[in-house]
Amino acid sequence: MSRFKEALDSDKFVVTCEIGPPKGVNLDKMRHHVELVKDHVDGINVTDNQSSVLRYPSLGGALIVKEMGGEPILQMTCRDRNRIALQADLFFAYSRGVTNVLCLTGDAVVVGDHKDAKGVFDLDSVQLLDTIHTISEGTDLAGNPLDGTPRFCKGAIVTPEARPLEPQLIKFEKKIEAGAEFIQTQAIYDLDNFRNFMDYARQFNVKILAGIVLLTSAGMAKFMNARVPGIFVPQSLIEELEGAPKGKALETGIRIAARMIRSIKEEKIADGVHVMAIGKEEVVPRILDLAGINSG
Amino acid sequence: MKTITQQKPLEEILESIARDTSVFIVGCGTCATLCRTGGVEEVAVMAEKLRDAGKIVTGTAVPPTGCDEVTGEMGRALRDPLAGADVVLVMSCAFGVQTAASQLKKPVAPALDTLFMGKEGPAGRYSEICMQCGQCVLSATGGICPVTVCHKGLLNGPCGGTNEGMCEVGSGRECAWTLIYGRLQAQGRLDAMRKYQAPKSYNATLRPGMIDLTHSREEAAKQ
Repeated sequence: MSRFKEALDSDKFVVTCEIGPPKGVNLDKMRHHVELVKDHVDGINVTDNQSSVLRYPSLGGALIVKEMGGEPILQMTCRDRNRIALQADLFFAYSRGVTNVLCLTGDAVVVGDHKDAKGVFDLDSVQLLDTIHTISEGTDLAGNPLDGTPRFCKGAIVTPEARPLEPQLIKFEKKIEAGAEFIQTQAIYDLDNFRNFMDYARQFNVKILAGIVLLTSAGMAKFMNARVPGIFVPQSLIEELEGAPKGKALETGIRIAARMIRSIKEEKIADGVHVMAIGKEEVVPRILDLAGINSG
Repeated sequence: MKTITQQKPLEEILESIARDTSVFIVGCGTCATLCRTGGVEEVAVMAEKLRDAGKIVTGTAVPPTGCDEVTGEMGRALRDPLAGADVVLVMSCAFGVQTAASQLKKPVAPALDTLFMGKEGPAGRYSEICMQCGQCVLSATGGICPVTVCHKGLLNGPCGGTNEGMCEVGSGRECAWTLIYGRLQAQGRLDAMRKYQAPKSYNATLRPGMIDLTHSREEAAKQ
């Protein structure tokens, strides 16, 4: 059983964060981020060509996290690989000790930097979860027996602020039925809204980690409100960022993130948090420290 | 359902017939006429543009359909202007281009790109309705095709890119799964959306599509 799975199965407040592999093969910065966060969290997500922008692969990043003594959570999207390639990569991941997988549909190719590429989507996120269940039972998707059975801790995502929400919730329930053991949510900022979501989600046997995306400026918050589906930053937080002294918006964002994490933990709103400090991974230990989270 | 086409940029058309001096232009009286990409008017405009570009236009024709044997009959009727052309520029879907290539026994060049099989909405707006996947799922999706209308062809519900009923790829595309949810909810059939849909078989229609229906026709005739 993976360390992350053990944490999920315990009563502890689970903390994960994410790192984004580089565009190219200079891994120094990624290694540096892993070094900074690995002893503070229960798992490190490695993003999979995030936003459809070509990067060093998530599987490669996950292996590096593993080699460095961290606990990787492999993000797998259905955008770039068909069911044969996905299963093969799962075999490889398992053989190298990468056993936590977050299953995602993946963004549309056209939002990324290779707009003319072919989007695959042979499977969807629910089918990928079901695929992992299938290979964990000893056969591949075509029903052929496997020589050696991989076992994974598998998870998925949900967008609690999606509009409309109801179709998302149907899919959320299908993900749980397909075997999701943990859910990392899209960024949430309005804790009252999130409490309402959790009142509903608590009926399911799945661990839910609240998505915390670090706000670095009021402009970023406004941009996300305008452009990123399923993210809603309340006006009060935007004003708090606007009110920060010049050059101190990031510090304010760090304090907002820490305050939210502290509330989620102390009020037992969710089972943990998933911290996404996109491009600012070095501040994650400080966020966790301010939130009163001790090392993982 | 018709084949939706769009004219290629003139530069690309001219590049494709750069080696040819004389051109015969064929349109189509059905889909390309309805799309206003290969009807009588568009063929006349193209003839003018080719002449402006220094080409000799030996003749034009707009058969009622560009994709059946009528094209061959037309070819026999217009033997002389066709014989005088180095190339046939076809202003129809790719089916019409291929028909012209096989029936007219001349080099062909497409003037149009074939986009999709679609329907016409208001004011010349077209949308795709079927990908010919060979495994129709419309009973589970309120008659709205997720394979076609969802950008990613998702079978088990919306992705996280949907927002207020619109798709993340933009350009006014609606989220198929928001549409499907709305229709199934109105029909009291949301259970259909809750059911797990297994991965599609891409072997259902092995590409290139090919089928022999003579046996089933004989069976039907017996009954």
